[in-house]
Amino acid sequence: MRHLLSTADLDVTTAVRILDTAAQMAATQSREIKKLPTLRGRTVVNLFFEDSTRTRISFETAAKRLSADVINFSAKGSSVSKGESLKDTALTLQAMGADAVVIRHQASGAPHTLAASGWVDSSVINAGDGTHQHPTQALLDAYTMRRHLAGDAVGVGDVGRDLSGLRVVIVGDVLHSRVARSNVLLLRTLGADVTLVAPPTLVPVGVEAWPCRVSYDLDPVLRDQQPDAVMMLRVQRERMTGGGSGGGAFFPNPVEYTRGYGLDRRRLALLPDHAIVMHPGPMNRGLEISADAADSPRAVIVEQVTNGVAVRMAVLYLLLAGDLAEQKNVEERVVVA
Amino acid sequence: MSPGPAVPVPQSTVVLGEADIARALTRIAHEVLERNKGGADLVLLGIPTRGVPLAHRLADRLVSVEPGLDRESLAGALDVTMYRDDLRRHPARPIGQTQLPASGIDDLVVVLVDDVLYSGRTIRAALDAISDLGRPRAVQLAALVDRGHRELPIRADYVGKNLPTSQAERVRVLLRESDGEDAVLIESSAEAPRPGPGPAVGTERGAR
Repeated sequence: MRHLLSTADLDVTTAVRILDTAAQMAATQSREIKKLPTLRGRTVVNLFFEDSTRTRISFETAAKRLSADVINFSAKGSSVSKGESLKDTALTLQAMGADAVVIRHQASGAPHTLAASGWVDSSVINAGDGTHQHPTQALLDAYTMRRHLAGDAVGVGDVGRDLSGLRVVIVGDVLHSRVARSNVLLLRTLGADVTLVAPPTLVPVGVEAWPCRVSYDLDPVLRDQQPDAVMMLRVQRERMTGGGSGGGAFFPNPVEYTRGYGLDRRRLALLPDHAIVMHPGPMNRGLEISADAADSPRAVIVEQVTNGVAVRMAVLYLLLAGDLAEQKNVEERVVVA
Repeated sequence: MSPGPAVPVPQSTVVLGEADIARALTRIAHEVLERNKGGADLVLLGIPTRGVPLAHRLADRLVSVEPGLDRESLAGALDVTMYRDDLRRHPARPIGQTQLPASGIDDLVVVLVDDVLYSGRTIRAALDAISDLGRPRAVQLAALVDRGHRELPIRADYVGKNLPTSQAERVRVLLRESDGEDAVLIESSAEAPRPGPGPAVGTERGAR
């Protein structure tokens, strides 16, 4: 593995390997001294073209816990706001000797462009691109589900479990959600059964090709499927253009959205006892999730943040700790042959 | 480093059999107790992969000599992968498990347990890992086989067998828990040492 661009690139072995590594990383994070010397002398650049606090500080924390040097580069107040292109930014980072670039960009495919362009030698980690992918979020969601619902089952030399047999329901603004896209692919790879629930206006065109089921009605899905995990998506009002009171042209008004697709106390009671409630954050309390649900003992939303650091440490470790030159040589040999 | 099945290689010589390994471990157990005047405040930390079952076997022997000891907290595991100095020379290694007594290792005597002592680099990494985990009163080292060729000023306190080897040879330790049988083999490799990761055998992690 040289880059992490999309959960579509992960096979089940690689995905489980990341989750297993994350479990060991998480174990180190309960120690008094959380810092490990593993990536000493390596440089990780956080290249954020889009506002993000939690993902950036999560990556920053992960890199620092592994002793890597971290450079934060955000579009606001930088050369990008002066009109610099992605290519020139990338060449600048290359000249500074970045070993990994964590990129978030409002354009879908920007991380792929960066990885495939040859502008940088470093590993590229997608931290969210447009409405396309957010692979580390999906990995931390899968890790959280495995911890609560499948058991880690990591012994000496053992390989941890996948998520086969788990039923996951993802609810809300699927159309704008890279979290949903990443999760559908990864959860399917890991063997889970995914159902998307959204108003018809927030279901993307072409969803029938995704490896999941789609429903427009939340209550019957919760009642009949008895899911093991419910993931509420944020209503991304900043991506909704057009009129209407708060929901663009996608739903009539927030109250109606909440009535149809919000997770409240009544819907919480429909779930089986072991079910967990997830949210990638930041939450719109009162819109897609009520305070009752967000603060209930089943909500693992805060734990998702903690797990995010462990998963990102695992990804950085697997991409950076090994001998990249060796891997590159192999790739070049393959290309020549 | 997944333990593969024991493939018999033509030029391999068995230097320690099952009974030899058992005797060596019994002797080491007695030496540990003698040196530390009993087993109180003692914890045996095995270095994955094959150090861990060895640490547990030693702990079983300590308890059989001194039944008052708490077997649960006597043996653990210490993964040193993230402290290694050769991470960048190999593809990313899987990380093993670290298991410490619930009360930590502060003010205890830690006995590191590994299968083969070679360059000493694994032990150097283990010492760094320990200093991040706490402050033991003392750290000692037990190795089933000491094959020489140290690259660091490190020596073992307890050695099962000193095995003079050439650097062209490989030492393989097979354990019942991971390989189905107990044996220590020396393999003289006819071929030149290969660059890169090489075959994954649970020994010679310190090899250059």
